[in-house]
Amino acid sequence: MADVNRGNRPLSPHLTIYRPQLTSMTSILTRITGNALIVGALLVVWWFLAAATSPESFAVADGVITSWFGDLVMTLSLWALWYHTLAGIRHLIWDTGRALDIPTAEKLGWACIGGSVVLTILTLLAI
Amino acid sequence: MAFVTDRKRAVGLGSAKEGTHHFWSMTVSSVGLLILVPLFIFTFGPMLGEPHEAVVAYFARPFPAIVAALMILVGFMHFKGGVQTLIEDYTGGMTRKALIIGSICLSYAAIATGLFAIARIAL
Repeated sequence: MADVNRGNRPLSPHLTIYRPQLTSMTSILTRITGNALIVGALLVVWWFLAAATSPESFAVADGVITSWFGDLVMTLSLWALWYHTLAGIRHLIWDTGRALDIPTAEKLGWACIGGSVVLTILTLLAI
Repeated sequence: MAFVTDRKRAVGLGSAKEGTHHFWSMTVSSVGLLILVPLFIFTFGPMLGEPHEAVVAYFARPFPAIVAALMILVGFMHFKGGVQTLIEDYTGGMTRKALIIGSICLSYAAIATGLFAIARIAL
């Protein structure tokens, strides 16, 4: 119903015609990290359920989450969580109408990328 | 009818009067998560890889249990809103409806499972 006449109407130029920019790339990364965190989040919920159920089920869940693949997922999830958190702070700043000019927005983009890597390394060292 | 655009059919109907609700709920949950994420990383993180007795004893304590419960609740509510925007941006029609309903069910199922697990460990 909503799309009856979409197919044969011209469409404005879209993402594909633009050169990649730091602002667009960091924005896309915010979406990817936020949604990809579902994998780590469900693993953590499973880990809690297994811990609540029995030592045997905990051994299975803990075995998966601390395997080399589990370590990879959890490490990437940690970075994704820090990146998404910093990008979220950037959005909260933007929502107040501040820092919307391109030089500042790009500085904040680098802060998200650099900050998330630094926070991930510091977290891994601390725990 | 075949040549009437989506916009033409929508003109004059007025706004849905709830356009800011989704935005506001994402803003509120994001501020909550700003507090919860560091607390959760530094309570859950050290427990990862610990033996079963240690994990159960740790999450039986009030602070780690409450942080974990809030993180799962607010985190999955925030995911529910965020993934809906993702779905709406890339799909339409029945696919969109099915994916949104599926993601809402998944979010509530994960919240219920997580809260049940933490309650059972803590109580």
